[in-house]
Amino acid sequence: MALYDKPAHVLHEMLAKKEISSVELTEDVLARMDKVEKSIGAYITVTRDDALRTAEETDKKISSGEEISFLEGIPCGIKDNICTNGIKTTCASKILENFVPPYDATVITKLKQEKPVIIGKTNLDEFAMGGSTENSAFHATHNPWNIDCVPGGSSGGSAAAVASGSAIWALGSDTGGSIRQPASFCGVVGMKPTYGRVSRYGLVAYASSLDQIGPITRDVTDCANILNIISGHDDMDSTSSAADVPDYTKSLVADVKGLKIGMPKEYFIDGIDEDINNAVRKAIDELKAMGADVKEISLPHTAYAIATYYLIAPAEAATNLERYDGVSYGERVDGADVVDMMKNTRTQKFGDEVKRRIMIGNYALSAGYYDAYYLKALKVRTLIQRDYTEAFKDVDVIACPTAPTPAYKIGEMIDDPLKMYLQDVCTVPLNLAGLPGISVPCGYSSNGMPIGLQIIGRPLGEETVIRAAYAYEQSQNFHNDMAKIGGVDA
Amino acid sequence: MNVTKDDMKNVAMLSRLSVPDNEAAKYMEQLGNFLEYVENLKGVDTDDVEPTTYALPMENVFRDDVVRPSLPRDAALSNAPLKEDGYFKVPRVLEE
Amino acid sequence: MKYEAVIGLEIHSELKTNTKIFCGCATGFGAEQNTHVCPVCLGLPGVLPVVNRRVVEFAIKAGLATNCTINKYSKFDRKNYYYPDLPKNFQTSQYDLPIAEHGYVDIDVDGEKKRIRLTRIHMEEDAGKLVHSGTTIKDSATSNVDYNRTGVPLLEIVSEPDMRSAAEARAYMEKIKSILEYIDVSNCRMEQGNLRADINVSLRPVGQKDLGTRTEMKNINSFKSLEEAIEYEIERQTEVLEDGGHVIQETRTFDAAKGITLSMRSKEEAQDYRYMPEPDLPPIITTDEEIEAYRKGLPELPDARCERMEHELGLSSYDAGIITSSRAMADYFDEVIAEGADAKLAANWMMGELSKNLNAESKTIEESPIDAKRLGDMIKLITNGTISSKIAKDVFSAMWTSKDAPEKIVKEKGLVQITDTGELDSILDEVIAANPKPVEDYKSGNKKAIGALVGQIMKKTKGKANPKLVNEMLAKKLSN
Repeated sequence: MALYDKPAHVLHEMLAKKEISSVELTEDVLARMDKVEKSIGAYITVTRDDALRTAEETDKKISSGEEISFLEGIPCGIKDNICTNGIKTTCASKILENFVPPYDATVITKLKQEKPVIIGKTNLDEFAMGGSTENSAFHATHNPWNIDCVPGGSSGGSAAAVASGSAIWALGSDTGGSIRQPASFCGVVGMKPTYGRVSRYGLVAYASSLDQIGPITRDVTDCANILNIISGHDDMDSTSSAADVPDYTKSLVADVKGLKIGMPKEYFIDGIDEDINNAVRKAIDELKAMGADVKEISLPHTAYAIATYYLIAPAEAATNLERYDGVSYGERVDGADVVDMMKNTRTQKFGDEVKRRIMIGNYALSAGYYDAYYLKALKVRTLIQRDYTEAFKDVDVIACPTAPTPAYKIGEMIDDPLKMYLQDVCTVPLNLAGLPGISVPCGYSSNGMPIGLQIIGRPLGEETVIRAAYAYEQSQNFHNDMAKIGGVDA
Repeated sequence: MNVTKDDMKNVAMLSRLSVPDNEAAKYMEQLGNFLEYVENLKGVDTDDVEPTTYALPMENVFRDDVVRPSLPRDAALSNAPLKEDGYFKVPRVLEE
Repeated sequence: MKYEAVIGLEIHSELKTNTKIFCGCATGFGAEQNTHVCPVCLGLPGVLPVVNRRVVEFAIKAGLATNCTINKYSKFDRKNYYYPDLPKNFQTSQYDLPIAEHGYVDIDVDGEKKRIRLTRIHMEEDAGKLVHSGTTIKDSATSNVDYNRTGVPLLEIVSEPDMRSAAEARAYMEKIKSILEYIDVSNCRMEQGNLRADINVSLRPVGQKDLGTRTEMKNINSFKSLEEAIEYEIERQTEVLEDGGHVIQETRTFDAAKGITLSMRSKEEAQDYRYMPEPDLPPIITTDEEIEAYRKGLPELPDARCERMEHELGLSSYDAGIITSSRAMADYFDEVIAEGADAKLAANWMMGELSKNLNAESKTIEESPIDAKRLGDMIKLITNGTISSKIAKDVFSAMWTSKDAPEKIVKEKGLVQITDTGELDSILDEVIAANPKPVEDYKSGNKKAIGALVGQIMKKTKGKANPKLVNEMLAKKLSN
């Protein structure tokens, strides 16, 4: 019996009932990884020995009759921009190729108390800048549903690992859609919690006011359970929310009667892929059929979200990435003096997209341009936030596509950065407004690629988002579909 | 929008990056296209709008003035490209 | 043409907190290199800052003590520049909304009072230290970096260009130092770099309103250097202008050994710091009530204390100024008079013997072997007539090297003043008999001649005779 294709809550029951052992499970997932990794390339670092050691500990605990926690003994992947003490954390960048953090990110500290089996660090677009995982300095990741396609990004490694069975669940990070869009491209569930719901301490910063860590899972049940574990205030992150963490599993109720759902007209416009349009509308109809109140709403500043995001995020990134200079950690390329050394290091060790965003950011912040670009974007950000505040006076959640197209071919957009940026139209507004959003599978395109339904909530409104997502998921069977990997599963 | 060679030079300097001549044209074009795209923001009336720096409103988050353990020096220096006698070592510094 | 100097100061003061501004590392001075560091102050990938509450408290106190307005909405910003002692290559500082603005302090130069305006006070993190192998940074093939100081909290106190001479600049910096000491937010040890100044100096023809081109001298860390650098720079710029030249806007280094400033010859492009709001740190909101509570909690400040000493205790304005210039000295003074000692005598002894002895041994007043209580007791022995002021000097010397109470020293050494008229009577008779000349002179009208007799009596009694009593008794005897 295959184990890699089951969600964590099912495996947890099996472990608790001693139907399987953690070593058995871990070996099954590692065997799956051995089989598919050549085609998928989801990982940068695999921690096989550590994983098996943790699995053995779990098994000892189980056999001695101790209770195990929800994630205990279950294999997972961690996006390689989340710091793991003693395990290389590269951000898929040459500049951190050999960087071994001397500390754990807060999410890792929290997870370690649960003793999950961390089997590796997953691939991403360098420093989480990109939407296709093609911008990794090491290798591209392929979409398990069609290995000629991108898995989305930047958490493409995490999404592809979960979709291909080389992890049961994974952590990703989302700055402008980097959890939700790859989840949608790979047919899995991905959630970006409210800004500040999960500590960012130890998440290598891309854009500090937008970054957020979240789970990528097989289904909404796993998502809720993991959110319970990773959420909460952290003394090490001044921007983490002090609000209590509710039990999100209590929202796993397949009932949306009376739930008010808004459909933003600006998200269903020309240019959106026909298959996406149909699948998402059908999904929303389904929710309506289950008793939800659906109404059209307007988010008038949606058209400015991309420009706003691509000024703010690169500006923050430009300063966040100044620290990679070859002085006290990371790679160094020598030079005649320290200025030369810094310049050589950054020029040779950063990839093109990272350099592009650093330069956009510095341009927007530089003397004479600050007001016209950066400050302007901060003001438009206010208007985008207001759109949502207004909308949420009338509705409980907002439903729309996660991405305007399904997964596209590898290489298709790599030479046109602007076209790639426009792909983020449905996801970036949430980051600008700090809102929680989830992507759940809601069907397939005509060529068989997964499509995601995005459900957006109020700040700290994760419970309502989870309830709507769970109700929809339970009315369908998409979450039980597993990608058939070309050349592997034939 | 036109990005001049001087703009390019300045932005590369601010970014501590060198842009070789054969790549400058490509970067200039990409930056130009991008700036042209974000021109659409100019149409938004933001006269009485306050800028937003934070995703959500927050204020006054502080830490008590209590010492916590520092890293052992070996750990602090563990990723250093070059070290000497407990110091991080860098090439000649020309400007103060 | 006659020129006028225009001087502004940016003073950096390290705050005396236990921990750094954004992390829990200790701030102590003199630790082994790179031992007071953690992921946060090393700027490792993924770390985030959290503001030390005490830094904000200290900054608000400093703002109130210098008559600033406290900004009720204040925030941190990133100041971007690349330097190997700055791990993140940006300094977390404050830009457009500093914690305090628009203050002033009053200074006193040669009896003339002047108000110096403060532009702002903001909080920021200190950088690390570069240690180089050669004699100067530029002729070293490599440099070593120590990040212990990285993240130590700083206040930057920026003045308006209101000073016109080196003496005014010094008086201003002394005033800032004493205020920071009074409110107990900084150790102000200039030799340890706790307090340092960047100086801006420009010249303009007297009567002209527009400012001339300025030069900047950074990291001046002694009052002597401050005065010398300014004086040198005024002289140099005057020469340049008088020769028909132009002052170049630049940063110059001050060579303390030679007492001159030197051009750093680096291409002086205007730095583009690309300030941006620090997204990792929420803003600081302060209410009127909180500000009032801080104001009420402030100790008596140097100006108020000086006035009290002048008006309530009758000290001269010069004495009061010197005693209140440092909080430690003023506290010592208050303790001496709390013992019941006379204020004027206390001031004289502190500014005389005590300062002389401390200076000779390079000790601060906190390290004085004679604490305030013992000095007070000694002064009381003078006022109650137990010892003379002259004998008191011997008692003071004995106290300097022993821990004994002054009474004990006086008793053991037999230094008690002779006030017994019977005992003095016979000594007087002896001296009168042995010195007919001055006696004759006195009697024939030269009243000054009594001095010689008093001298003889003091000599005979080893200074223990009460001079006032001796004078009275002599006058009586000789008029008979």
